[in-house]
Amino acid sequence: MAQLPPYTTTGERIWHYTFRFICGLIFLFLILPILIVLPLSFNVEPYFSFTPGMLAFDPDAFSLRWYKDIFRNGMQAPDAPLDWAWMSDTWNNSQWMRAIRNSFFIGICATLLSTSLGTVAAIGLSRSEMPHRRLIMSILISPMIVPLVITAAGMFFFYSKVHLSQTYLGVIMAHAVLGTPFVIITVTATLVGFDKSLVRASNSLGAGPIETFFKIQMPLIVPGVISGGLFAFITSFDEVVAVLFLASPEQRTIPRQMWSGIREQISPTILAVATLLVLLSIVLLTVIELLRRRSERLRGITRT
Amino acid sequence: MSEISTTPLTAADGTPLKKKLAQAMFRSRVRAVGLVLPLLGFVLASFVFPILALMWQGVYNDTFERLMPNLTEELRIWDGVSEPTEEMYALLVLDLKQNRADRTIGKVASRVNQELSGTRSLFTSTARKAEKIEPPYRESLVKIKKKWGKLEVWQAMKLTNESLTPGYYATSLDKRYTVDQGFIERDKKRQIYTKLFIRTLFISGSVMFLCLLLGYPVAYLLATLPLKYSNLLMIMVLLPFWTSLLVRTTAWIAILQSQGVVNDLLVWVGITADDSRFSLIYNMTGTIIAMTHILLPFMILPLYSVMKTIPPSYMRAARSLGATPTLAFIRVYMPQTVPGIGAGGLLVFILAIGYYITPALVGGQDGQLISNMIAYHMQKSLNWSLAAALGGILLGGVLVLYWAYDRIIGIDNMKLG
Repeated sequence: MAQLPPYTTTGERIWHYTFRFICGLIFLFLILPILIVLPLSFNVEPYFSFTPGMLAFDPDAFSLRWYKDIFRNGMQAPDAPLDWAWMSDTWNNSQWMRAIRNSFFIGICATLLSTSLGTVAAIGLSRSEMPHRRLIMSILISPMIVPLVITAAGMFFFYSKVHLSQTYLGVIMAHAVLGTPFVIITVTATLVGFDKSLVRASNSLGAGPIETFFKIQMPLIVPGVISGGLFAFITSFDEVVAVLFLASPEQRTIPRQMWSGIREQISPTILAVATLLVLLSIVLLTVIELLRRRSERLRGITRT
Repeated sequence: MSEISTTPLTAADGTPLKKKLAQAMFRSRVRAVGLVLPLLGFVLASFVFPILALMWQGVYNDTFERLMPNLTEELRIWDGVSEPTEEMYALLVLDLKQNRADRTIGKVASRVNQELSGTRSLFTSTARKAEKIEPPYRESLVKIKKKWGKLEVWQAMKLTNESLTPGYYATSLDKRYTVDQGFIERDKKRQIYTKLFIRTLFISGSVMFLCLLLGYPVAYLLATLPLKYSNLLMIMVLLPFWTSLLVRTTAWIAILQSQGVVNDLLVWVGITADDSRFSLIYNMTGTIIAMTHILLPFMILPLYSVMKTIPPSYMRAARSLGATPTLAFIRVYMPQTVPGIGAGGLLVFILAIGYYITPALVGGQDGQLISNMIAYHMQKSLNWSLAAALGGILLGGVLVLYWAYDRIIGIDNMKLG
């Protein structure tokens, strides 16, 4: 850490370290709840708390039981030998596997929809000729602001009328709408630093608008698009209210399964899934950070 | 000279340059709109329109008018205070018979029951006997159920007969809309919604305040530390931000429950006895703690991005001019962070006020917010119009805050990560 200048008084020194200590506590408050699910998910007992055995680091108090349960819960023959039949059984019948498949399917479809529409719209919005820019922007960002219950309730009525509720398409559309604000925000932020004269240069050298877009603009905004897409994906991946209102059991996602797990039959399987989700978010966070650095390097912004 | 200045400048093909420019501007505007239009159309169709349709339900419910077509006209003419006529009773029986045959009586009964509770069985049981009712209708109806002779039942029907009604909004504000007295207070026992709105505001306010209290020092530390340390610590802020909401809520259940980590620790230290553990979850405390944790990154990130732009030389200047560290901080540093406080505070408040998942899972009885009540009316009591009215009030509040956010901070300046 930075050295304190020699002229600091004792009082200031004490405050300096007290302040660091307080901040340390706040960081613990932020991070500890996420780390605590890790050891608890290896509990051998069906409880949400540390057993005496775990505190004594007794190896018998830890197990992979709840991770196995992710695969086994709902299977027709969970104790069958581990072969192709077992795998197909778990793929088709395990409740959690179905939820995981649904989450990825819905998440990827919603991300593709919201990222493609959102990127194009953000490019339009960043043009100075765009009329009513402010109003349109606030409409496009509003899905992030409107309480989810209201969004979900409105969609429930409307989608029921047009026979979209309880279908994959309905859930995908809902999640795509909820993800677009993130795409708009990140792509617009990337476009703020975009040098417009590059487009003019490209035009003057004989490239058409489409060629200019793909060869000049796209490579520069791609980091923003990808991080917007990741935001959209995690939004869909984490969303449960719209799923609660719109989905049938067939479209259960991971958060939906966790929701009923917490409400009905509370078991450490939820903690095992939670641990896997934490690992996933670490991966996504790393990707975002790498993209941000790449984007800054590309646009020639040096960090001070 | 004069000849040149009078003839307008023209492009190569002879059209005036001014016109040509206007055409080019128009084309580029059309192109910009064309790029935005697909998304705008998608958002309007799948998000804005459904919400507007929901809001419409909050003031419009035509169940009674649609299902009781014969009685409708008479009820509309009726003044609401005089004795109901024999003809009205006759038409009522006619409509009840029809609804019994169509199996729609349940809907009518539920609708009137929303206006005057205790009338559901009155309608369903009378409809069951409707075939056998003989004139004089008034007498035979009162013989089946005494309530039919009461004025309040007819007044409730007159109110439900008005499809376009302020009744649901009145209920949402703990008022009652009546035929003869306009809006009146509901009995004290039934006043639940204003209390719930106040509690929602209180919890959101507390969460906002706690986020500011915890977020400000952290943002300050991150903004003043050298980059290699602050980048590392930033991960501690961003990881919760990226972690699933349900994971974090689950973690708080594991931590705060009576057999959870915090209570175990307190018992072990000896602060509390094993049989008098604190109840930290399934109440308002649990909701506030979990929501503060979940929304804290939304406070830290805007604060950080504002603090990052404040040059440290200002503080040094204040110190060199004789200010104590505290004074320099309060008079020089803090005023410069106000935009960050505003942005973070408003964002946290807006998000907190519509929170549903966390209160539903860890809120217990007294940690429920207005969103939970809306979900209850949507899914359990099936009083959709009331859900829409409650949602309308909530949405109105959120949109006012959103407008303020846009005016003060500008949504273009919203930053993520």
